[in-house]
Amino acid sequence: MTIKEVVKLLDAKVVSGEALLESEVEYAFASDLMSDVLTVEMDNVMLITGLANLQAIRTAEMSDIGKIIFVRKKRATDEMIRLAAENDIILIECDYSLFKTSGILFQNGLKPVY
Amino acid sequence: MHFEFNVEGGNFSKAGTASSQLKKILKQLNVDPRIVKRVVVALYEAEVNIVAHAFSGTIYIDIDTEKIEIKLVDEGPGIPDIELAMQQGYSTASPEVREMGFGAGMGLPNMKNNTDRLLVTSEVGKGTTVEMTTYLNS
Repeated sequence: MTIKEVVKLLDAKVVSGEALLESEVEYAFASDLMSDVLTVEMDNVMLITGLANLQAIRTAEMSDIGKIIFVRKKRATDEMIRLAAENDIILIECDYSLFKTSGILFQNGLKPVY
Repeated sequence: MHFEFNVEGGNFSKAGTASSQLKKILKQLNVDPRIVKRVVVALYEAEVNIVAHAFSGTIYIDIDTEKIEIKLVDEGPGIPDIELAMQQGYSTASPEVREMGFGAGMGLPNMKNNTDRLLVTSEVGKGTTVEMTTYLNS
């Protein structure tokens, strides 16, 4: 699935990495606990989280996760957007709940990491 | 190669800076991306621990052709029972730390899983030292 399709399915907004809309994503992991995210070993994973702070970006950076969706109307700050841009991380803001977001993406073929 | 980084206790906006810098260094050195990920995940957890629990700390990193050795020395409350702290799910983290997405008692187990050798020593009221070794050909 491309990021463009993800954004369309979720009626979401890309706030960082607009140039990477055609990139593909295969897996998703939903969590607000960053230590859990740090255990994910797979590649090409998208993080779905309601934790909108710098640590979410840092965690993605360390885990080689290049795409983050912030759910529940959480917004990325300028500092988060700057850090994401430095690390080529795509940031997406979505008004849906974590459950609804995950459900839509799962239904449309995004795979779970386990 | 030797590198040193200072870590400020309580400053969450800077947590991860050292791990980020090490990641850039290892990538420049063409280290296997799987090993880079293991090393920086372990270091990031340890760095967040200093920010979350200690007053200040220093990270010492030594890289040679065989291994990456990291030593984190902090000044802080120390860990009274290291065996208990190593158990998954045990945590003494503050609500503030939990709001940051940590403090679920997974930091030390995550460090152990991502290193070839982990040694934690501590003195209550003084501080904690974490030593991590990762072999480049493992």
